[in-house]
Amino acid sequence: MSTVAHPFQTPRSAHSVGRQLANGLAIVFTLACAGFAVVILLYLLLYVLRQGLPYLDLAFFTQLPTPNGEPGGGMTEAIVGTVLLVGVASLVGVPLGVFTGVYLSEVGRGSFAAFIRFLVGVLTGVPTIIFGLFAWALIVIPAHTFSGLAGGVALGIIMIPIVASTSEDVLRLVPHELREASLALGATEARTILRVVLPAASRGIITGIVLAMARVAGETAPLLMTAFGTPFLNTDVTQPMDALPLRIFVFTESPYQIQVNQAYAGAVVLILLILLASFAVRFATGGFKPRG
Amino acid sequence: MKRFGGGPRRISDVLFRGVTLLLVLIVIGLIVGIAWVLISGSWPSLRTFGWSFLTNQAFDPVHNTYGVAPALFGTLVTSAFALLFAVPIGVGAAIFLVDFCPRPLRMPLAFFSELLAAVPSVIFGLWGFLVLAPWLGTVGEPWLRQHLGFLPFFQGASHGLGLLAAGMVLVIMVLPLIISISREVMLTVPRTQREALLALGATRWEVIRHAVLPFARVGIMGGIILALGRALGETMAVTMVIGNQATQPSWHLFDTGYTLSSVIANQFGEATPGLFISALLEAGLLVFVITLLTNILARVLIARIGGTSRAGRRRS
Repeated sequence: MSTVAHPFQTPRSAHSVGRQLANGLAIVFTLACAGFAVVILLYLLLYVLRQGLPYLDLAFFTQLPTPNGEPGGGMTEAIVGTVLLVGVASLVGVPLGVFTGVYLSEVGRGSFAAFIRFLVGVLTGVPTIIFGLFAWALIVIPAHTFSGLAGGVALGIIMIPIVASTSEDVLRLVPHELREASLALGATEARTILRVVLPAASRGIITGIVLAMARVAGETAPLLMTAFGTPFLNTDVTQPMDALPLRIFVFTESPYQIQVNQAYAGAVVLILLILLASFAVRFATGGFKPRG
Repeated sequence: MKRFGGGPRRISDVLFRGVTLLLVLIVIGLIVGIAWVLISGSWPSLRTFGWSFLTNQAFDPVHNTYGVAPALFGTLVTSAFALLFAVPIGVGAAIFLVDFCPRPLRMPLAFFSELLAAVPSVIFGLWGFLVLAPWLGTVGEPWLRQHLGFLPFFQGASHGLGLLAAGMVLVIMVLPLIISISREVMLTVPRTQREALLALGATRWEVIRHAVLPFARVGIMGGIILALGRALGETMAVTMVIGNQATQPSWHLFDTGYTLSSVIANQFGEATPGLFISALLEAGLLVFVITLLTNILARVLIARIGGTSRAGRRRS
């Protein structure tokens, strides 16, 4: 009996050893790649958190920056500015984004819808500074002043493709039977979409909007030539307005250590914002969204 | 897909469709508007400088003559550097995540890489400016000059800030993008393909080599080009670490430089109406056209395999 090889035993030969070696090398190489990526990115995040957290105090949220690196101060004007900018951006980005999603999922068909889907995809790849240039040429130059409005419009355009593609995704997950049931009861198409389909998908759409808001809250480049930034509290959208990423940018290159520390603290706020939004999206869509 | 069809149309339906279509047309109008603003705005510069805009070394407001040769060079060099390192590492990491990684770790690691793709670029810039560049200037670049100084890349004075720092920050920034797209593309490889090779006695690596990679190659290419588009257009992180001083284009990676978008970010503040503004808008037009072309190519490639794969529509 001992002469019969076990049917599942791999035959040992020089060739086989070479193959096993290649397999082992592949595991080691890909593990090293994954390890490198995880370690460097984790290190970067933890480093910023460690540097910034000690300076994330109440004053950071309630006080304005001090001039010339005097002690104390915070980033109130930047936080208020970011909230206002994201608000203006949502006015532009949410309706256009959601209805583009509705169009792609419910209304449009054929090559025109495919073309729109393609455009939305391409729009996500355009560098955000281009939208800043657009708002600059369209609003800032004619008005002869930098303004929160221009910044908000630029951010709003950036929101459109994010909101549109998440909206389309979650709308497609609404069971077809719901639409049929509503239509069978005699509801019109418009009523079915507005009263049945959209509410069914609302959780996913809202989280998509939250994610888009978090994403544009971290944008700097398009705000450089639109909102511009100011160390003073300003709630008038027709005037230059500060934003958290703008203030981080300015303070990072500041000669005063206290401002550099506050830049780290601001970065912590942005990271936490993205973290929260990503987890929110994960939980809200995880329930019914098939993922790889 | 036909969701609603047939039957007599009601006024409310026609109205609803009309409003939806109108909003979609506004989105198209925005894209056309952006192209129009950039083209019409850069027209004076296009007419005055023509092709010399691409080859002229000086972006010189004093003499009112503008060229973006150093910026174009900086953009290409930093992006090429980023891909050179990020592609093998990213694809390798994706292979590990899909095929070798212990099952309980797969989802957390995939989620982590998607999360990092969303970290604002100003944070990478902050780290690059405050940590990476000073380290390069005092430790990294002297070491490279000492040990690899025979290569043209690692010669010249160290500044910390420069092309090398920008390229390294870009490597880190595009890694998550390459990992998550490669991963999603490799997950679309039919299970039967893998099982067939395993049944023939292939090792795990042979399955990847002969079943997964040939199938996923086109999609991975698409992901790489998408990452290229991001590297070419990245503004904040690069602006903060590249030094923003034009030097004669050379292979010295320690030199400071410019990219197309960092020229815009740096110069718009002083821009005066006329040729100056027009030249900045032409730099923007260049970035727009380059990234538009790379994105269209990437999406065509990804669409060829994934069908409706989400990979093609992520924010890049």
